[in-house]
Parts: sequence; C-alpha cells; structure tokens
Amino acid sequence: MGKTLAEKILSQKSGQDARAGDIVIARVDLVFLQDTTGPLTARQFQATGFQKPANPKACRIFIDHAAPSPSRELADDHIFLRHFARETGCGLSDVGEGVCHQLVAELWANPGDVIVGADSHTVTAGGVGAFATGMGSSDVAIAMALGQTWFRVPETFKIAGEGDMARGVTAKDIILYLIGQLGADGATYKSLEFVGSAFSKMNMEGRLTIANMAIEAGAKVGLFPSDRVTRDFLKAGGRGARYQPIQPDADATYERVVEVDISRLEPMVARPHTVDNVVPARELKGTRIEQVLLGTCTNGRLGDLALAASILKGKKCHPETRLVVAPASRAVFKAAIEAGYITDLLDAGAAIVTAGCGPCLGLHQGALGKGESCLSTSNRNFKGRMGNPEGFIYLASPATAAATALRGEITDPREVI
Amino acid sequence: MIKGKAHKFGDDISTDLIVPGRLAHLRSNLPELAKHVLEDADPTFAGRVKPGDFVVAGKNFGMGSSREHAPLVIKMAGVSAVLARSVARIFFRNAINQGLPILICDTSRISNGDELEVDMARGMVNDITSGVELSFGKIPPVMMAILGSGGLIPYIQKYKGFQLPD
Repeated sequence: MGKTLAEKILSQKSGQDARAGDIVIARVDLVFLQDTTGPLTARQFQATGFQKPANPKACRIFIDHAAPSPSRELADDHIFLRHFARETGCGLSDVGEGVCHQLVAELWANPGDVIVGADSHTVTAGGVGAFATGMGSSDVAIAMALGQTWFRVPETFKIAGEGDMARGVTAKDIILYLIGQLGADGATYKSLEFVGSAFSKMNMEGRLTIANMAIEAGAKVGLFPSDRVTRDFLKAGGRGARYQPIQPDADATYERVVEVDISRLEPMVARPHTVDNVVPARELKGTRIEQVLLGTCTNGRLGDLALAASILKGKKCHPETRLVVAPASRAVFKAAIEAGYITDLLDAGAAIVTAGCGPCLGLHQGALGKGESCLSTSNRNFKGRMGNPEGFIYLASPATAAATALRGEITDPREVI
Repeated sequence: MIKGKAHKFGDDISTDLIVPGRLAHLRSNLPELAKHVLEDADPTFAGRVKPGDFVVAGKNFGMGSSREHAPLVIKMAGVSAVLARSVARIFFRNAINQGLPILICDTSRISNGDELEVDMARGMVNDITSGVELSFGKIPPVMMAILGSGGLIPYIQKYKGFQLPD
C-alpha cells in the first residue's frame, strides 16, 4: 500500500512503517524557538535538568516577534535568550534578520526534514517539502534536549489543484478560498498535501504562502511534493546538494480529496474575526480601511513586495489610509531596495518597519485603535490579534492590499491593474 | 472525582482571546499574566473563577498560536479541566503537557453556572444541576501517561525519554 508525503517522511525519520493513526518517535532535523515562546521553552529545558541540546547545531533561536524590543520586559527576555544561546550552543538570529519561518525556508529547511518550532506557523517549511509543525514550549524544549519527539501520524487531505490563476489572483487567494471551504477547524490534526498542475507549477514563494496558512484550517502540516521547483530554489540558495525528490505514492490512502479549479478563483478576503469567513474581495467594496499591512511570514517575500510596488508605483496611498510594510527577512528587504520596490513603496507613502513579525501579532509597529480596520497580508484576523479587541482585521493578498491602500477601501485588485 | 462550576464560552476561542499578544511583555511574569486569563473573551472571568471550576467551550477551543502560556494561565487560574466539543491540535498537546485535562464531549448540553462532577477514570461528566450525564472521548495512552505524571517535564524527568505503549 502506498504512502502519503507525511507517511513517507515520518517512516524515514522514525525507522518504522509509519501509517496514519500510528504513534511514532521521530528524529528532528531542526528545532527552533522565537522570542515570545522562547523564554518559556528555555526555562522548561532548564527545569527538566538539561544543560545541552542533543545537537546544538540543529537548534536555533530567533528574535523576530518583538524586534527591536518595544518594552523593557521584552528586552530582558531577549537578554535571557541570547545568554541561553551562548550557554547551549544554539544558533541565534537576532533583531533585523527576519521572521523565523522565512529564514528557516531561506537557509535551513530541506525536503524530507522533520522540523519543530515553538510557533504555529512553522508549517511554512512544508512548502519546501519538510514535515514542519508548530508545538508548544514544553514539546520544543524536550525535542531540543532529546533530538526527537513523538507524533501521531496524521491522516491526509489531498488538495488537487488544476488550471491557471486568473489575472489578479495569487497563491494567497487560493489558500483563503480553501480555508473558507474547509473551515477553521476543518482539517484539525490532518496533513494537507498540495498536488496537481496548479501546485506543481507554482513558484516557491507561493508554496510557502500556502503552507504557512495550513494551520488556519487546523492542519498539522501543509506539504508540497519536492520537485524541480524545490530543486531550483535550493540551488539558488546554495543548497543544491540537499535536494531529494519526494512524491506521494499513486496508491496512497487519503481521508479526503478536495479538487479545486484554480482558474475559476478570484481575489478573496477573510473578514473579521475568523480566517474561514471568506468572500470575494469585490463583495466588500466600500469597506473603509485605516491601515494596510503588507508583509509577514505569509506575504512578505520579494515577489509580494514587487507585486504591491507594481500597483503603487507613481501613485499615492489614500490620505486616510496608512500603509505599513514589514519585509519577511533582511535578505528580502535588501533585494527589494536593490530592485527599487522599497523606493516605489516609500514614494507612495509607505512606512517600512524592521524585517520581522511587526504588527501581525499586536505587539508593536501598528496596533489598531478603537474601531479601526486593517487589511493585512498576514495569516490571522482573530479578535484582538493586532493589539486591540476593538479592531477589525481583513486578510488578503499583496495585490488586494496595494489596491486597498490606493483607494482607502477594500478594492478588488483587478480594478487597478 | 473533580467538582466545580461551569464557565461557558463559545466556538473558536483563540489563544489571542485566552492570552493576547499585546501582553507578551508579561510572559516572563506568569502571576501577572495569569490575571488576564481569557480577558478578551470575558473580562469578568478572572475575577469569578474558583479553584476546581471548569472552562466549558464549543468547537475548536484554543485555535491559533502555539503559545503554551494559554493552557498555563488557565491552569494557574485553578481550572481543573477544559471541556469542549473540539480543540485545536497544538492547544490540546500543550494542555496535556501542562497537566491540564482536555475533555471532549457534547458541551451544548451544559449551561453556564452548572455544577459539574468529572470522573476521569470512568470518562464521565455529571452535570449535577441538570442531571445530564456525558461521556468524554479517550485520551491517547501516551498523553494519559504524560497527564498522569503531571505534565511533560515531570514525565521526562521520570522516564528520561518517550515511552510508547506496544
């Protein structure tokens, strides 16, 4: 009997014939934590009595969520994490280097790897074909200490996409549409496996955007097969030797098959306060937006900034709408400067903040005021997410974000491109 | 046998509602953070909850981020178990790792303020107020062992690694 991607990877890393529903102990290739979950992780590690990780080179600490620190308490947390990194030999990515998930994809994630991170959007690396999943502080602390963790092998939903994206439609619109169909808990504990011509043609940036949001349907992982796109991505990052092709078996068992005609999709928006509250952008025409957030681990990559810049170039944001841009990493930020995108965005009136998580989780750099609405390219629109339970968050693509920044109200990007 | 009062919440209670990101500066000051438990879902909860009480919710409780502070502050408030129709994946594992039981049952049959009695061994919830009896789903053996040790850290201290039942 054939295997899904999740079963293949967990079989390889556990050394047993892993099938959906089995409990396995798997080796982990990368364990990471970040500055809002990291202090508890480090304390759990110490409380258990461990001094050193099983493999310090496979452990990484990211200071990205509150970077640079907006408060003395978080600055003290940063001091603690830097000290912990030095003591344990874990790698450290400090203020300004970028969002953990982007850096993991750029620098460390390989197809077939098992990656656990103390952050729910660890699933992002599924775009590269890594079994990557978010866990809490205790689990991550123990995975660091032992170099392994236990998993229940997930059942798999096969998401089969055919057809080409229409003008103005992006990977973000596909995943928002899918979450709308599945529901915010429709794939709880499942693996989502993205196959079909629409996904095999998709570039790595699009794959990372889609995998990033697998958790918003409750999924444990969102996996793309490892193929030529994966190979070229690794090669471009100087990691060509880490490529291995991984495809699901033709006779793999799926709990559910969801077929999507990608060519029929249009720009989508998730309304407050759940990610599955999805409608076409055109239905929200006239909705006033005070802040647009472009960036984050979902849509802060070079192609995202390029797309927004192409719409905003030579124009001005609406006078009552502020545009905040948070590039996903320093490398993205630098490339966007060199390509002229940052200049285009600045000329349009954007405020560019540090490469990192920025305002997405409500810590700083763009908390909402009472009754304000934000259209964001990030992944969550929960009540209170952006620092204020009296704010409203709409999720959309970089194209919809740029069009909305221009008009000051939610705008289908096909009206402006 | 655990006894306490039901505090009802709706569907899709996110970790942002349990312990919002705007309070991230309190995460290394847990007693202070715990004062805000579930604040954005019900600002009066922290003041009303008594040791032994239950959080009773609808579907997809704990959706969203991996922050283990969410089950941690619920436990610190004295809550003895979370009852829900369903829970998000990471929250479920985090709660067990903190020694906080998660009981999956038909919570629509429980009303706010009901007196509940939970029998972990029999897998039954008895709603004393209404007389309704509910059974809850089994927790996988590996998680029962972690819960039985009081959480993942004491479990690992005891067993030095993961012990999977045959």
